[in-house]
Amino acid sequence: MTTNEDQTETKRRWQDVDLRAVAPFVALALLLVVGALVNPNFISLNNLANVATRSAFIALIAVGATFVISSGDLDLSVGSMVAFVASLMILFMNSGVIADPGMMIAAAILLALVVGALCGLANGLITTVGKIEPFIATLGTMGIYRGLTTWLSQGGAITLKSAEQQDLYRPAYFGSIAGVPVPIVVVLAVTSVAAFLLYRMRYGRHVVAVGSNANVARYSGIKVDRVRTYAFVIQGLCVAIAVILYVPRLGSTSATTGILWELQAITAVVIGGTALKGGASRVWGTICGAFILELVGNIMLLSNFISEYLIGAIQGAIIIIAMLVQRSLVRKA
Amino acid sequence: MLSKPLGGDDVVLSAQRISKSFSGVQVLFSVDFDLRRGEIHALMGENGAGKSTLVKILSGFEPPSSGEIFLDGQPVKLPANGAAEALGIAVIHQEFNLAEHLTVTESLFLGREVARYGILDRAYMRAETRRVLDMLGSKINEGSVISSLSVADKQMVEIAKAISRDARIVFMDEPTAVLSRGEAEALFKQVRKLRDLGTSFVFVSHKLDEVTELSDRVTVLRDGQWVKTAPTAMLDGESIAQLMVGRELSSLYPKKSEPNVDEARVLSVIGVSTAHVRDAHFDLRRGEILGFSGMIGSGRTELMEAVAGLYPRSAGEVHIDDALMPAGDVQATAAAGLAYMTKDRKAKGLLLGADMTANLTLQSLDRHGRWGYLSPASEAKALARARRRFDIRVRDAGVVAGRMSGGNQQKLLLAKVMEITPKILIIDEPTRGIDVGTKQQIYHFIAALARDGCSVIVVSSEMPEIIGLCTRVVVMRAGRIVGVLEGDEITEQEIMRYSAGLKQKAVA
Repeated sequence: MTTNEDQTETKRRWQDVDLRAVAPFVALALLLVVGALVNPNFISLNNLANVATRSAFIALIAVGATFVISSGDLDLSVGSMVAFVASLMILFMNSGVIADPGMMIAAAILLALVVGALCGLANGLITTVGKIEPFIATLGTMGIYRGLTTWLSQGGAITLKSAEQQDLYRPAYFGSIAGVPVPIVVVLAVTSVAAFLLYRMRYGRHVVAVGSNANVARYSGIKVDRVRTYAFVIQGLCVAIAVILYVPRLGSTSATTGILWELQAITAVVIGGTALKGGASRVWGTICGAFILELVGNIMLLSNFISEYLIGAIQGAIIIIAMLVQRSLVRKA
Repeated sequence: MLSKPLGGDDVVLSAQRISKSFSGVQVLFSVDFDLRRGEIHALMGENGAGKSTLVKILSGFEPPSSGEIFLDGQPVKLPANGAAEALGIAVIHQEFNLAEHLTVTESLFLGREVARYGILDRAYMRAETRRVLDMLGSKINEGSVISSLSVADKQMVEIAKAISRDARIVFMDEPTAVLSRGEAEALFKQVRKLRDLGTSFVFVSHKLDEVTELSDRVTVLRDGQWVKTAPTAMLDGESIAQLMVGRELSSLYPKKSEPNVDEARVLSVIGVSTAHVRDAHFDLRRGEILGFSGMIGSGRTELMEAVAGLYPRSAGEVHIDDALMPAGDVQATAAAGLAYMTKDRKAKGLLLGADMTANLTLQSLDRHGRWGYLSPASEAKALARARRRFDIRVRDAGVVAGRMSGGNQQKLLLAKVMEITPKILIIDEPTRGIDVGTKQQIYHFIAALARDGCSVIVVSSEMPEIIGLCTRVVVMRAGRIVGVLEGDEITEQEIMRYSAGLKQKAVA
């Protein structure tokens, strides 16, 4: 499911397969083998489904990050945005403006999507209209969203009060459709939509063009700033979808919700084979990357010889290895 | 066969039977060349004759496909990427090789900074830079940042850089193209002085008068083949030109067809000004090929980009078919039927990492499906059509643009621009860096386009191209339109007079 597969006309030989697109899936297969050797419980369907469910938040955020990174930008604010959107959502549900709990949840979901999109729009406009480096712009909004959350929660936690709402909303995270946990279904659905948008739609082509060479895009009559801004909005929507799954899980947020999630999302994107300097987008690789990150943590928990306190260090090492592998494959591909 | 290079004992650098191909296109055919100690050797030929390629091979920037190079009589394999500098070989490039943010002094000492106890000896480097610049008779401040210099001054810095590195062999690829007469004189004086001290120069130039004035010997190349090497004293400008062309120019350029005087005006540019361009007026009739000539930096590209809506204009109006175009709006201008093809195909034209399809349809994606959806079948059809129409020859249809030859890239870029089926096509440097065969194809394509009623503006620094293609020529100088030539007025001398500022006429 990479851009390469769009060319149905040309005959494909195995040499033509882009190694960078395949690499994350090979790494995933290797990890599964390693995991099975470490602990036989690991390879059980139950455990893997659990891991996949837990990776859903990062996966969803990372799908959005794939758009932003492919168009040559970077969004550091997503972790704070999760906390901010979740806080507003819970506060809204606690406000009791709508009596019917079902309608209330629906309205809250809508609110989350709108706030997420607006946060993304703010990021996009600051970088494009304000002409500020995305790194700096989103570093700023990262502080703003986090600070607003801390203020809203007065430094503590914001908890969903109504037990009725909680019971009604719970299946959104804990339920399953045809035996598949809801978060996994959501991730697959969102990724499918994203893949279609990236590989089969005009907008996806524009994203890749802007990310690989903004000048070429401009000379080709593409509205570069608009393409970049939309990518940030898509990122915001993906954050909102992650929040919609996150709120029923704990029913609570605090000022520390989603800390360092931006780094995990960027790691997932890079492991997945999307070039950090923009221009190549591999959205299926991205969710594979998110899964790998969670899987590594899981293997460490199930194994006895590596302390789980080293998870952060291992994930950091993974991103470096992923970059090295990506670069060494560039020449061959 | 020969253990000793041709030309006697005082030969410092010689090349025998050098051939070179770029992705299947042969550009040099078994060329011989030798350079004596303390001589100025002019390398002449039309654009695409292979001069720049030969210079690149002799200076180690490109390896030859076959053939041998001798330095001081010993066969050598020149180290790649300009590391031949250590052997005393320096190149002054046609395209600048300066980091825009460094100062002149920093540029001169880049990679060989002088330090005492690990601390940069700035005072010494500044003084040394000043000395070299004074020697060249240049008034550039050694502390200026490169980006603040004029094109001519940048050229001077390049020359100073080569000289400051005590090169024994200096290649100069059209060093005077952007210099004024006075600056060129100062340069020649230095070159002669250095020659008398034993430095050897290879001098690539299009200006016949310069060559006859400066050089000791001349080698002429034509279509990648060696034609003649002779002492300059035995040749005059006329005979060199004869050797260079060697064939009728008419075979390269299609027959000109003048548009009717009563053809409709499709484009009117009224008083357009930008940062550099001042008050430009011109118009374009249906089916016309209008040339834009002038020195590098005369504002042609900026004007065209302003017309196309890619560059902001501070004043003036652009009308297409009597409809006023909003300033700085590429989409609207393109929708009105105007397409601009950039001269910078690598940085502004093509996505080098993307395949041909993605490049071809980038400007016209809305034609390949509704509601933002892209139809792969429709795109594939467009590619097949474009490859036929523009004769794009690649072995693998999935090849990325960056791996294609210059000629094929140029054809792909032209195909991409033509995908929006423009009524007005502005081509900036239609044949930069491509072989003669492809040039001819592009010229004939432009002529055919005009015959079909499309209006074309050709911006070019290659005068034969302008003269061979255009029925009307606008000459620009220092941001202003200084002349419009028609019919028999379109000659190299006449264009030169306008672009050098010797002549000027009021433009209606």
